[in-house]
Amino acid sequence: MTALAASYLRPVTLWGVAGAVTLTLAILGGVAIGETPLPFDTVLKVLANHLWGAGHDVDAIDAGILWSYRLPRTLVAAACGAGLALSGVVLQSLVRNALADPYLLGVSAGAGTGAVAVTVLGLGGGMIGMSAGAFAGASLSFAIVVLLARAAGGGSAQLVLAGIAGSQLFNALTSFLITKSANAEQARGIMYWLLGNLSGVRWPDVTLAIPVTLSGLVVCVWLARAMDAFAFGAASAASLGIAVRRVQIALIGATTVMTATMVSLVGSIGFVGLVIPHAMRFVVGARHGRLVPASALAGAVFLIVADVTSRILIPGQVVPIGVVTALVGAPGFAAILIRNRRRA
Amino acid sequence: MKLHAHNLGWTTRGKTIVDDVTLDILPGETFGLVGPNGSGKSTLLRLLTGLLPRPAGRVHLEGVPLESMSRRDIAQRIAFVEQMADTSEALRVRDAVELGRTPWLSALTPLGPEDRRIVTEALEATGLAHMAGHSWSTLSGGERQRVHIARALAQRPRLLVLDEPTNHLDIHHQLSLLRLVSMLSVTVVMALHDLNQAMGCDRVGVMENGRLIACGPPAEVLTPARIAAIFRVHVTPLRDPDDNATLFRFHCLEDHS
Repeated sequence: MTALAASYLRPVTLWGVAGAVTLTLAILGGVAIGETPLPFDTVLKVLANHLWGAGHDVDAIDAGILWSYRLPRTLVAAACGAGLALSGVVLQSLVRNALADPYLLGVSAGAGTGAVAVTVLGLGGGMIGMSAGAFAGASLSFAIVVLLARAAGGGSAQLVLAGIAGSQLFNALTSFLITKSANAEQARGIMYWLLGNLSGVRWPDVTLAIPVTLSGLVVCVWLARAMDAFAFGAASAASLGIAVRRVQIALIGATTVMTATMVSLVGSIGFVGLVIPHAMRFVVGARHGRLVPASALAGAVFLIVADVTSRILIPGQVVPIGVVTALVGAPGFAAILIRNRRRA
Repeated sequence: MKLHAHNLGWTTRGKTIVDDVTLDILPGETFGLVGPNGSGKSTLLRLLTGLLPRPAGRVHLEGVPLESMSRRDIAQRIAFVEQMADTSEALRVRDAVELGRTPWLSALTPLGPEDRRIVTEALEATGLAHMAGHSWSTLSGGERQRVHIARALAQRPRLLVLDEPTNHLDIHHQLSLLRLVSMLSVTVVMALHDLNQAMGCDRVGVMENGRLIACGPPAEVLTPARIAAIFRVHVTPLRDPDDNATLFRFHCLEDHS
C-alpha cells in the first residue's frame, strides 16, 4: 500500500513542484513588468523586505508600486484566471458541452448585473455586499439560461443560444441600472470595470480572491472522479454510484461563487473558462484528476500574462484585460466550433 | 443476485408509465423484457436500478430495500447500460471502461493494479483488448455498445441491466453481443425488441401500457395469441431443423383477418 501510494505520489509531487515553480515565475514576471521599468533586483529586494523583513534599502515609491500595486494585482489575476478556468471545466463537464463557459452562458453578465445593482442602488455595501450581489445575479442568470435551454430542447446549440439570450438580458439590465441611477462619472467607471479591469485591485481584494479560488480548487479536485463519471450523462453517472444531485449542487455552487467573486473584483473577463480547459485537454487528456489542477495552473498563468500584456500593449495606457482575453479567446472559440463540427 | 420488486409504479406529469409491477429476478438467470414502444420497459429497468426518484412500491436487493442504500452501494451490485449513451469527451476505450471502477474508489485514491486487472479482463471479455487505445469518436455503434458493456463489467456487478442492447446494431453485432451476454456469469435483465432474441432468455416478461401482463419461460409466455393481442402482429412459429429451436415469422394482422 505504501509502495502503491509512493508510486502514485512521485509524479504528483513532481508535477506539483513544476506547477509551483511555473506559477512563481509568472508572478515574478507580473510584478517585474509594467509601465514603470524597475530593475529585477529591486523587485527581489522589495519582496524580501516584506516577506521576511530583509531590510534592504529601496526607494519608497518603487516599493509602493511593487508591493501595493503590482503584487496584489498579479495575485488577483492568478486567482481570477484559475477560478474562471475551473468554472469552465466544471460547466463543460456538467452540461456536457464543449462550449460551456461562465461568460458565454451569461453567468458573468448576471454577476455584473448583481454587482452593479448593489453599487448603484446602494443595496448592502462594501466589497462583501457587492460579491453577494454578484452571486445572486450569477445564480439567477445561470438558472434562467439552463431552464431556457431545457425548454428549447436541451441541445448543444440551444444552450449557447440561451446563453446569448441570458447575456443580452442581463447586460441590458446592467445598462438600464446605470442609465437610470448612476451619475456620469460612476457610469464611466462601471463601464470600464465591466470590460475587465485589474487597475483598482489592492490587498483586501487578494484576501477575498485567493481563499475563494483555493476553496473552489479543493471542491473540484475532490469531485474530479465524479466529473469523469458525467462523461456519458447524468443517468450514467448515477449508475456509476455518483450522488448526482449533491455533486451538481456542490460544483455549480463552487462555480457560481468563483465567477461571482471574480466579476465583483475585476469585472467580466471572457473566454478564459473556454480556451484554457480546451488547451489543457490536449496536454493532459480528458480525465479530471489531471485536467482540474492543470487548468487552474494554466488559467492563473494565462491571466497574469494577459494582465502584463494589457499594461504594455499601448505605452502609457492600460487596455482592459477583457479585451486581451477576447482577442486570444475569440479565435480559440472559433477553433473549438470547427473542431466540434468535424467530429460530429 | 436476487431482486424483488413489489407493486412498483411510476407516474410523471399525471401519466402512469409503470403500473403496479411485482416481479422477482432469480440469481443467475437471464431475464428478457419485451413489449411495444412506450409500454414502460425502459422506465421499469430504471426503477429496478433505483435511478428514478420517489417511485411507488418497493425494490429489494437481497432483502435490503433499495431506497435505504446509497448510490455507491447500489453501483457496487448493479450495473446499468442505457440506450446508446454518447460523449463528446476525447476518451479512449480504456478510459471509458475504467469509469466502471468509480463505485469502488474513493475521491482521491488512484486506480490500483487490481482495478487495472479488472479493466483488462472486461476489455478481453468484450473483445476490445486490441482497441484499448482507440478514441471513442472513431468507434462504430456496435463497438460503443460493447465498450458500455465492458464498463458495466468493470463495475463487477452481480446484476447487469441492459436497455435494448442490440438496438441500432447490425445483425452480426446483435448476435455477438447476445452471445457475450449469455456467457457472462452474472444475473442479467434486459429489454429487447426482437421477440426471436427474447426466445433465448431463461424467462421473459411482457409489458403493455405500463403493466407486466405475463412472466415465465419464453415458450409459455410468447404464444401466437398473446403476441397478436399485444404486438398487433400475426406470427407463425417455425422450427429450425438444425437445433429444433422455435422461430417466429411475422405478418400484418390485416392480411390474416
